[in-house]
Amino acid sequence: MKLANQSRVLAAALSLTMTLGAGGVQAQSTLRIAMTAADVPATTSQPDSGFEGNRFVGLTLFDALTMWDLSSADKASTIIPGLATEWQVDAKDRTKWIFKLRRGVKFHDGTDFNADAVVFNVEKVLAKDAAHYDARLVAQTMPRMPTLAGARKVDDYTVELSTSEPDAFLPINLSNLFMASPTAWAKSKSWVEFAKNPVGTGPWKFTRLVPRERLELVRNTDYWNKVRVPKSERLILIPMPEATTRVNALLSNQVDWIEAPPPDAIAQIKSRGFQVTANPYPHTWPWQFSFVPGHPTADVRVRQALNLAIDREGMSKLLGGYMTPAKGVVTPGHPWFGNPKLDIKYDPERARKLLAEAGYGPGKPLKLKVQISASGSGQMLPLPMNEFMQQNLKQVGVEVEFDVLVWEALFNNWRIGAKDPKSNGAHAINVSFAWQDPFFGFARFYDSRMVAPRSVNWGWVQQPEFDKLVAAARGAFDPAERDRALARLHERAVEQAAFLFVAHDVGPRALSPRVKGFVQAKNWFQDLSPVTVQ
Amino acid sequence: MLLYLIKRLLYVVPIALAVSAVCFSLVFLAPGDPLSAVLPADASTEMVEKLKADYGFDKPIPVQFARWVGRAVQGDLGTSIATGRPVAIEIGRAISNTFVLAFFACAIGFTLGLFFGTVAGYFQGTWIDKLVTAIAVAGVSVPHYWLGMVLVIVFSVVLNVLPAVGMGADGSSQWAWDWEHLRFVILPAITLSMIPTGIITRTVRALVADILAREFVAALRGKGLTDRGVFMHVVKNAGPTTLAVMGVQLGYLLGGSILVETVFSWPGTGFLLNTAIFQRDVPLLQGTILFLALFFVALNLIVDLLQTLIDPRIKRS
Repeated sequence: MKLANQSRVLAAALSLTMTLGAGGVQAQSTLRIAMTAADVPATTSQPDSGFEGNRFVGLTLFDALTMWDLSSADKASTIIPGLATEWQVDAKDRTKWIFKLRRGVKFHDGTDFNADAVVFNVEKVLAKDAAHYDARLVAQTMPRMPTLAGARKVDDYTVELSTSEPDAFLPINLSNLFMASPTAWAKSKSWVEFAKNPVGTGPWKFTRLVPRERLELVRNTDYWNKVRVPKSERLILIPMPEATTRVNALLSNQVDWIEAPPPDAIAQIKSRGFQVTANPYPHTWPWQFSFVPGHPTADVRVRQALNLAIDREGMSKLLGGYMTPAKGVVTPGHPWFGNPKLDIKYDPERARKLLAEAGYGPGKPLKLKVQISASGSGQMLPLPMNEFMQQNLKQVGVEVEFDVLVWEALFNNWRIGAKDPKSNGAHAINVSFAWQDPFFGFARFYDSRMVAPRSVNWGWVQQPEFDKLVAAARGAFDPAERDRALARLHERAVEQAAFLFVAHDVGPRALSPRVKGFVQAKNWFQDLSPVTVQ
Repeated sequence: MLLYLIKRLLYVVPIALAVSAVCFSLVFLAPGDPLSAVLPADASTEMVEKLKADYGFDKPIPVQFARWVGRAVQGDLGTSIATGRPVAIEIGRAISNTFVLAFFACAIGFTLGLFFGTVAGYFQGTWIDKLVTAIAVAGVSVPHYWLGMVLVIVFSVVLNVLPAVGMGADGSSQWAWDWEHLRFVILPAITLSMIPTGIITRTVRALVADILAREFVAALRGKGLTDRGVFMHVVKNAGPTTLAVMGVQLGYLLGGSILVETVFSWPGTGFLLNTAIFQRDVPLLQGTILFLALFFVALNLIVDLLQTLIDPRIKRS
């Protein structure tokens, strides 16, 4: 009897504790995600907050003409039909593309998605005279599709898109142009007002926005792709920029999923029964070299030597395994990797020989200045990683001096290039980047026209060989041929050691044990549709 | 008195201008770009320059400042660059959230501070005094964001009895004065109350000890006044200074704490300022700081007037 009483008291206490429990009781099918963003990404149809904005607001509320296949954790993601079912470049004029649109798709407000909607959404970032043209939307969009020049309706379900030059990358770029309902915009004729009640065609519908606190969505049961109708009923997105706060929110069951748990908290998270997922994705953490004449890094032997002097496996241990050693811009096995003749690995002996050939040795050490940041989005752990490299390079006789800048300043310097006086004569800059789009991964770094102010060819790489390879890739309109062209470009980028290729991030996420069905794709974006909270 | 009031109100003008000018300059001196909130990180210089022209950031800084002041005096604090929402609405929402937190932090801090300070003052030199002084020193010395994290680990993560972050399961817009929401305020309010508890304890202790040592108190006791009567005299004498200190503390708390609000994801003015600083959201930063500065000035004025009311020896003229 006494035991029974004790059990009842214990059960009551447990029940009280659970009632008082931090998260309160949530509907079972509500998925609550803490993002790293400081605010809810813009719901204007072109989110801010970088790719995290696209991940959680762009791809939930909206769709694009083309989309990433996010269904596999093993294969590299590829572009698949989204709101466009097929597309083709005009064989006679390769600056014109015909996109056939998916029929029967409706916006969340019940209006039809059609060619007029596509033209409207292209004009919002291109047509300066249009009432719905918006500078903020332009800023979020055009750096990701630099050649997009116009749109013309051919019929209700066919549009012609034009580019400023032949550009085979356009279908990939277009995965960043999200389709908003023209009717919803017309109600207020203001993107600020539209953002208060955004309307797209995506798998989730808007229910509530509390600025700077949360965005609440509900599943779109009428979603055109029945396979991707969300399994959870509700999705709550909470901005939580402070990493420790995110961890505490997860461990106290106030959220079910956190982005980017700090590496030093992962053991604690796992020890409490929470899941930590990770998978390499198209992210590279490099030193981008200066090719400016007179800089030691203009010598290919120096660049190759530096690539061979880094113990990437040792660095991986430093990060608790939460990185993948880089062997180029893209990961081996990716269609764009190719077969480079230079194998990027840890070979300090060969590094010393190459440096000696370039004229550096114990009597004349190579001195490098590198601009880095102390922190920053996508920068992983820049200080310990750079210090680790500094130690590695010292062992082959290279003296590295760091010019540590705040993240914003580093980005400004990235834009202005190595020749600008503000770069302080740096020989390399440490800015991580995305490469799932060939413009991001290649064209902007190797095309000689992409030097400041046009883009981030920071090191003034102006080599005819690279220009030809970029042009060949941009002009390869068959996807298989385009991939082969990009692989040739990648091979030469590795052989020329255009960057010091160091690491790929693996995008760690921590999830409640109740979260099921998540497949972490090798991509910056993830599909939330199959995820359930049990 | 009226003259004094007018004078004090006129002081607000140069204070507001100076605060705005300093804030404006700091934003432009800091590395980064006021448009970073709306630009992708890898936008080209070409795009940055284009957008600067669209937003008017290509104009000389004094011109930008003059334009901003011109609008502000008409009550228009502009719109946030990052969100496009009116700054006044952003501030209004944040200040109401900070008010909730400050209310509870004040309730805790002022109550404990007055109690501990009075007890320590009465028992000066005893172990009680030493214990209270130690608590007061700890209150002002322990970094409150660190204390916040410890409280979260104990009560939210380990015991799972109080929430770790936020202002309610449905956000601040659904805030109500019921237990479901009040439990969200407990940990941040305790954390935030530590500094006022410490400062008020030390102030009141010193005042009480000083007053009790004065001759008039001995005279009062000699005349047979009860302890309660003596206590009332102590309160009257310690009141004005204590009130001034409490006013300053209230101002600090209502200004919001960037660290505590960030640790607890409390959507108040501190959280707002933190976001505005990192996003270089100049209009939001300007508007928030100006509002807080004016608020501080107003609060000090109210405290001064209250002091006059409770202590007729203080003349404001």
